[in-house]
Amino acid sequence: MDDLNIWSPILLTAKLASVTTLILMVIGTPIAWWLARSGSRFREAVAAVVALPLVLPPTVLGFYLLMALGPDGPGGMIASLYGARSLAFTFEGLVIGSVIYSLPFVVQPIRNAFEAIGDRPLEVAATLGASPWDRFWSVAVPLARPGFLTGAVLGFSHTVGEFGVVLMIGGNILGETRVLSVAIYDYVETLNWAPAHMLAAGLLVFSFLVIFTVMTLEKRWRFKREDRP
Amino acid sequence: MLMLRFAKLLLLLALLSGPAFAGDTRVAVATNFTHAARALTTAFERETGHRVRFSFGATGQLYAQISQGAPFDAFLAADQVRPQRAEVEGLAVRGSRFTYAMGALVLYGGNKRPVQEGTLATTAPDRLAIANPATAPYGAAALETLAAMGLLETYQERLVRGTNVAQAYQFIATGNAELGFVALAQVFDQAPTDYWLVPATLHRPIAQDAVLLTRGETNDAARAFLTFLQGPEARAIISRMGYHLPTAKGGASDG
Repeated sequence: MDDLNIWSPILLTAKLASVTTLILMVIGTPIAWWLARSGSRFREAVAAVVALPLVLPPTVLGFYLLMALGPDGPGGMIASLYGARSLAFTFEGLVIGSVIYSLPFVVQPIRNAFEAIGDRPLEVAATLGASPWDRFWSVAVPLARPGFLTGAVLGFSHTVGEFGVVLMIGGNILGETRVLSVAIYDYVETLNWAPAHMLAAGLLVFSFLVIFTVMTLEKRWRFKREDRP
Repeated sequence: MLMLRFAKLLLLLALLSGPAFAGDTRVAVATNFTHAARALTTAFERETGHRVRFSFGATGQLYAQISQGAPFDAFLAADQVRPQRAEVEGLAVRGSRFTYAMGALVLYGGNKRPVQEGTLATTAPDRLAIANPATAPYGAAALETLAAMGLLETYQERLVRGTNVAQAYQFIATGNAELGFVALAQVFDQAPTDYWLVPATLHRPIAQDAVLLTRGETNDAARAFLTFLQGPEARAIISRMGYHLPTAKGGASDG
């Protein structure tokens, strides 16, 4: 039975986390830049919205997503463009859910990194005649590199560890929505301890390595910055 | 001496007024039985004074919890396999197992359309919601029904699986799946045209067994609840809430 296929959930999870991280880097960077540099009085309100998935139970997110992806929501409208009825139970639906769910994990480190640069380097670049676009790409982004790396790693690993949202909008389809965490849940429920152990231990090691890497990298970067004259 | 007599009197009084000995019990119940269980407790608590607290979940999930020492005194499963296994593995009291209800499967479309026998063959929905067949008996019965109707191949790729019938129902109710197989117990209060009652001949019987867990062996409230479950009042409630009744005490054939 295909239920014992452990490679499909592993590959699917890697694909979901990669696509999600890529999208999050693209949309998270301008958000982080705006949050770090804007003087708008709505800044903290927007920051709070971005941070919401940190506190909301995945069931709340999953419930709203189930409504939003369905035929009466915006997801259903998009789906109807290609003759489907709902974006729930699809890989695309999971990507939408994961992007929302992991957004704060990407935006926060990048925002911190942008804020840490301060005004000085950007002002210097401006006096040297650099355009805002140029200042962003050749001054801010390189200086904020540690933030980007931390954001990418956290976004990726948080998506790997996602469970509640996927359980509520996924429908458990092999190769499409049955990700690692759901596969483990199934194995535990059906008393298939062996594959459950295998996948669970794999995730444990993976998570440790991720956290360890992020901590090591951050430490090294901090030293480097403090060493600079 | 006087004290002792007084104590005896107290004991006698307590014995006479049942509810004074009222106890608490925690019972693990398969999700599909949620409504029925609630209706049953009202009657049970009024009659005995005992208190029952339920934990609802998928049968497989509850069993996994029980095998790891979850604090339940009795287990109302959605199948016979897990209670049997609980007996074999010493998690349940031997000989306490009985069938309390026979599940009925329906095809349901979220009261947006009338559903009948031919609906599956004629409408071809792109998503068909079922409970996970690996863990939920209603899911397994849904697969058997599709196979018996010769539609399994058509729908194999279009199945979306909820962790239990409650989630399958939720997928349909939110419109994300057009049709799905759920329990009659979830839709019995809706218009009869909203669902098609699958003939019991299309799938193996969904016999739902209850068992007294080892933990609840000395719990009077748990024992009383299981006894109540087999009585005429409980059977009337169970039948009203969308289940068939097991034929004889002790249950249908062990499959």
